[in-house]
Amino acid sequence: MAAMLQTIGVASPAASGTFPDHQKFFVSSLHSLPVIRSEARLNFGSIHGSSRAGKLIAKAVATKGENSAASAASKAGHELLLFEALREGLEEEMDRDPRVCVMGEDVGHYGGSYKVTKDLAQKFGDLRVLDTPIAENSFTGMAIGAAMTGLRPVIEGMNMGFLLLAFNQISDNCGMLHYTSGGQFTIPAVIRGPGGVGRQLGAEHSQRLESYFQSIPGIQMVACSTPYNAKGLMKAAIRSENPVVLFEHVLLYNLKERIPDEEYVLNLEEAEMVRPGEQVTILTYSRMRYHVMQAVKTLVNKGYDPEVIDIRSLKPFDLYTIGNSVKKTHRVLIVEECMRTGGIGASLTAAINENFHDYLDAPIICLSSQDVPTPYAGTLEEWTVVQPPQIVTAVEQLCQ
Amino acid sequence: MALSTHRSTATLLRHLKATTTTTIPFLRNLSTNSTSTITVETSVPFTGHKIDPPSRSVETTPQELMSFFRDMALMRRKEIAADSLYKAKLIRGFCHLYDGQEAVAVGMEAAITKKDCIITAYRDHCIFLGRGGTLLESFAELMGRKDGCSKGKGGSMHFYKKEGGFYGGHGIVGAQIPLGCGLAFSQKYKNEENVTFTLYGDGAANQGQLFEALNMAALWDLPAILVCENNHYGMGTAEWRAAKSPAYYKRGDYVPGLKVDGMDALAVKQACSFAKEHALKNGPIILEMDTYRYHGHSMSDPGSTYRTRDEISGVRQERDPIERVRKLLLLHDIANEKELKDIEKEVRKEVDEAIAKAKESPLPEPSELFINVYVKGYGAESFGADRKEVRAVLP
Repeated sequence: MAAMLQTIGVASPAASGTFPDHQKFFVSSLHSLPVIRSEARLNFGSIHGSSRAGKLIAKAVATKGENSAASAASKAGHELLLFEALREGLEEEMDRDPRVCVMGEDVGHYGGSYKVTKDLAQKFGDLRVLDTPIAENSFTGMAIGAAMTGLRPVIEGMNMGFLLLAFNQISDNCGMLHYTSGGQFTIPAVIRGPGGVGRQLGAEHSQRLESYFQSIPGIQMVACSTPYNAKGLMKAAIRSENPVVLFEHVLLYNLKERIPDEEYVLNLEEAEMVRPGEQVTILTYSRMRYHVMQAVKTLVNKGYDPEVIDIRSLKPFDLYTIGNSVKKTHRVLIVEECMRTGGIGASLTAAINENFHDYLDAPIICLSSQDVPTPYAGTLEEWTVVQPPQIVTAVEQLCQ
Repeated sequence: MALSTHRSTATLLRHLKATTTTTIPFLRNLSTNSTSTITVETSVPFTGHKIDPPSRSVETTPQELMSFFRDMALMRRKEIAADSLYKAKLIRGFCHLYDGQEAVAVGMEAAITKKDCIITAYRDHCIFLGRGGTLLESFAELMGRKDGCSKGKGGSMHFYKKEGGFYGGHGIVGAQIPLGCGLAFSQKYKNEENVTFTLYGDGAANQGQLFEALNMAALWDLPAILVCENNHYGMGTAEWRAAKSPAYYKRGDYVPGLKVDGMDALAVKQACSFAKEHALKNGPIILEMDTYRYHGHSMSDPGSTYRTRDEISGVRQERDPIERVRKLLLLHDIANEKELKDIEKEVRKEVDEAIAKAKESPLPEPSELFINVYVKGYGAESFGADRKEVRAVLP
């Protein structure tokens, strides 16, 4: 996979750090969504005074068993946006297995409010790409009932926040039925939708449901962040026999990346190594990955060597990858978009403390969103989520 | 009323039998195993909402009536036994008993096949038996043993039988209704000529998700039959105190409805086969079963604080489903008193044996705690773009 990511600031230019000239970047305005351009090579290492100046890290994303030179040279694959990658994954799975069907509001004729299901209804018919009335509790329940008989529904919440209305169905029937029936029924459903803080969408449309769902036994949760992992996770989620909640982010739908032409499926329980490093482990997921990578540019300039891991799997945590990283760097920073109280970061902090306490040289720092309803005003909204300067400060603090 | 005539004839018959063994000319002489049809009138006519109700005359056979009697006696016996087990603290937690409502379970079974699906709420013991569940599985599950139908991990409210088309067993009031419409959706998706019976109570009839699910079922013509088992009390609240309109069969508005005497197994059978035919052609239909439960809402509810004992015993005398079938059997000379008593004794013995066997069944292993939380093997197998298989191994 030859796609590499250059992080783009999503905040206003005033809030972001300084960018050295020789690195290519795009700074987006407050009104456009970030765009990722894939490049063949990337200069991370040539920073003044850094002992790692000679080491060229050709790829931001580590892949197993691939020759860096070969992949750097190849331009195979096709470029697309994240929502197109999700659609591709969904379409491939629907072609492959006739039991896969989609249910949600405006997924059929309208094509999906974020165009993830565009043209699928024309191809597969109205029954397989079902436009439901606005009744989240009931159509989620319906999908779960269908899953009990062997169908593989993909439930779309137009915004993850709306799925709070279906909490009972997701918690009791989706998560627990396999257990309470003694293994008789499996619920191979996928629940997906965009969540997270967007562009001044208001409090009710900016919710992070991963913190509410994380205690439900029996479900798996994954968060996608790039077109490559979006398609792979979508396919894996559909093929999984367990109910999977796939968290997308409203602001990431227009990310562009070059993904392979061949079919691929990613592992649902695996974390992604975004940038290997030696000094500090930064754990993040979804949109905060890009804030982290932007901060990493500044940090690398200042001579730090952070290791960035996109945890991807929110339930269960990939403690194998995370643990190996902690054992190497001994310092952990968690950057997440959930609220401070009871969020994914809180659980992850507890998990790392319990399992890897002996390897930590410093207390874990967890940067989360503020415990407030997301305000409408632009500046206030910016302050509710973690911004790159805060990440830089936290790393500096950790590495003292 | 048709039944009162039968009652007086039956009394007459009993007197005559004491003196002579010859049969009265106007009664047919049938053996138990004959399959010749008998036509019986239901106790009350059906009332329809936006639909023409089916006829009051139900065709049945002696064999079927005998099976009704036996099955209902078994269910009744089982529920009474569960009552004693609960008081002996062998069954804990919640235990919602179905005695009085058996006619709904057996009547429905008689009208459908195992390929049709049934899903209900927490008053599920007898429907489980009707769908092919064994006594051992149900008692073991109630006592939390590993031979239970859900391996002891579900309990009273979570009986399931996949092979029998029984989808549970759900604790949250009304949550099973969208699930039931999902089962119907799946049947339509796969083009099966089967239907789903989604049972709920008069308490759940006021849930929003019922109307949401009904809307979707009607919109897409799903083969869903929503059956309201109206036992007139939502735990302690009488129906007239909870619903502005207790005519639950009419609440579907654009969905046709039928009101059925739920204590008459033959009426239930007629209504269910009528509903199945309707659902396969025209989409959803609501059946309101007018029934009654003798026990309280659950074992922790005495059942007499919100209704009088006279009411309970009145219903037991006038409308008891087992008594009705017994009278039919006696009237049509399909069995005599002694045979029926023998069946009841046999059933009692069966239940006692099952309880003894269930008591011997061991409690689940501690490792069962973590089994079946996820389907074994976690997520899908995965491979990267270079086609090498990649699996993460959790510590």
